[in-house]
Amino acid sequence: MDELLNILKTSARTSDADIAKMLRTTPAEVAARIAAYEKAGTIRGYRALINADHLPDDGVTAVIEVKVQPEKEGGFDRIAKRISAFDEVVNMYLMSGKYDLLLFVTGRNLREVAAFVSERLATLDGVLSTGTHFMLKTYKLDGVLMDVDKTDDRMQVSP
Amino acid sequence: MNGKSRVAAHVKALPFSGIRKFFDIVAQRKDVISFGVGEPDFDAPRAVRDVAKTSLERGETHYTSNRGDPELRRAISRYVARQFGATYDPDTEILVTVGVSEAIDIALRAVVNPGDEVIYHEPCFVSYRPTIIMAGGVPVCVETRREDQFRLTRAMLEKAVTPKTRVLMLNFPCNPTGAVLLQKDVEDIADFCAKHDLLLLTDEIYAELTYESKHVSFASIPGMKERTIFLHGMSKAWAMTGFRIGYACAPVEITENLMKLHQYAIMSAPTTGQMAAAEALDHGDEAVAQMRAEYNRRRNYLIAAFAEMGIPCHTPAGAFYAFPYIGDLGISAEEFALRFLEEKGVAVVPGDAFGACGAGFLRCAYATSMDNVREGMKRMAEFVAEIRAEQKK
Repeated sequence: MDELLNILKTSARTSDADIAKMLRTTPAEVAARIAAYEKAGTIRGYRALINADHLPDDGVTAVIEVKVQPEKEGGFDRIAKRISAFDEVVNMYLMSGKYDLLLFVTGRNLREVAAFVSERLATLDGVLSTGTHFMLKTYKLDGVLMDVDKTDDRMQVSP
Repeated sequence: MNGKSRVAAHVKALPFSGIRKFFDIVAQRKDVISFGVGEPDFDAPRAVRDVAKTSLERGETHYTSNRGDPELRRAISRYVARQFGATYDPDTEILVTVGVSEAIDIALRAVVNPGDEVIYHEPCFVSYRPTIIMAGGVPVCVETRREDQFRLTRAMLEKAVTPKTRVLMLNFPCNPTGAVLLQKDVEDIADFCAKHDLLLLTDEIYAELTYESKHVSFASIPGMKERTIFLHGMSKAWAMTGFRIGYACAPVEITENLMKLHQYAIMSAPTTGQMAAAEALDHGDEAVAQMRAEYNRRRNYLIAAFAEMGIPCHTPAGAFYAFPYIGDLGISAEEFALRFLEEKGVAVVPGDAFGACGAGFLRCAYATSMDNVREGMKRMAEFVAEIRAEQKK
């Protein structure tokens, strides 16, 4: 992967000036390359990695396995696009194995997610079955450990 | 005691490392951003640690062969062949040591006769001069310079060589300067060794950490093997300092005699570390590449930051050290380091800890997080501006 993307993936708040130093180029060049990535849709956005366990009332997240009936034309795409359009669905993947679609759904509370599943998702034409699992705790998010604050216990000066 | 020292005179005469003094000062401070650490900030790769754990669980808690575990020696032989293009027989030409530090010590003791001259270069790793002296040799220092990018040239060596010279001792990529040798330098120096019939002791511990071009090893030069002791180890590129595993590759006769010293002093290198090292050599390339990429970002950042401050710094092309020159600021490197620590909470090491010609330079190790690099350089810019303002008064 491009070094520029590597840096932004690790810390999207790194300034153009700092990135320019790391890559031995100019801030203007960095800005131009980022703009090109944004325009091409390679960079789809920037967001903070938030440890939800630190928030007072952060709602709930459920992982939902969905079996659907593929259509003769278009296979899974039409139903998948329909489901992914729901605001409640934050991540969604087509999977191999015992079910077809994996959804990450957020809601204010358990009841709200349950209502979404039973009233809006399961009732869609083409949805054969759903299996809902509520998330209890986040240990790691996008490669970042949520709990660990590792200290540097090396000797502070060494040969 | 009658006031008489019980310590041998030649040991008593050895100075403490300049680093140690500075370490004591820094150790008294809290929340320091340290550019003083000469070891990776990364932990050893996970797979390497897992192999060490499994080895312990299997009860591999005994001595290995004096030479080192046979599997590890085979892994070293394979690695040195694919990485540096040199062939060493794992049964007779490889010795596993307790870090490269032990290898340097026994290599010098094995090849230096009393009064033999050993040429080495400064600024250099703190143990070089003392180990030459402890081996009974006469250290002959060649000073490398910023205007040569701290590379060693044949012309410098020709001036230092005498009929008594027996060994040339090198460390490239270099701690503390970050200098590397180019293909032409390596060929010239190899030729110099052949011409004067010198033995070459080459510590290439930072071989994997080069950023501008691939490392050129002396072991790769045709005809050099018979006069070369090649030293390498796991500490730097694989972030395995605590495992204490290094190795020496040398012709059979030399290896046999290194073995004698090693077996009487050490027995065998730590077993757990040896098992971990074999894993790292066979399967660690990707982990090394990732760490190198991160070091390179930090290195580039430092170079750019020094340039913005107007602090001259040669392009450090290897290891994880930058060696900027602050001699124009009107204060010594030691005063700079002490005040920078005191006033801004940032630790750097005065360059003269690595030899007199390091005066006016600072060693800045970038084995610390990018956040620290950024914050440390911000504070250095402030500090440099304050020093300049003082000097104007």
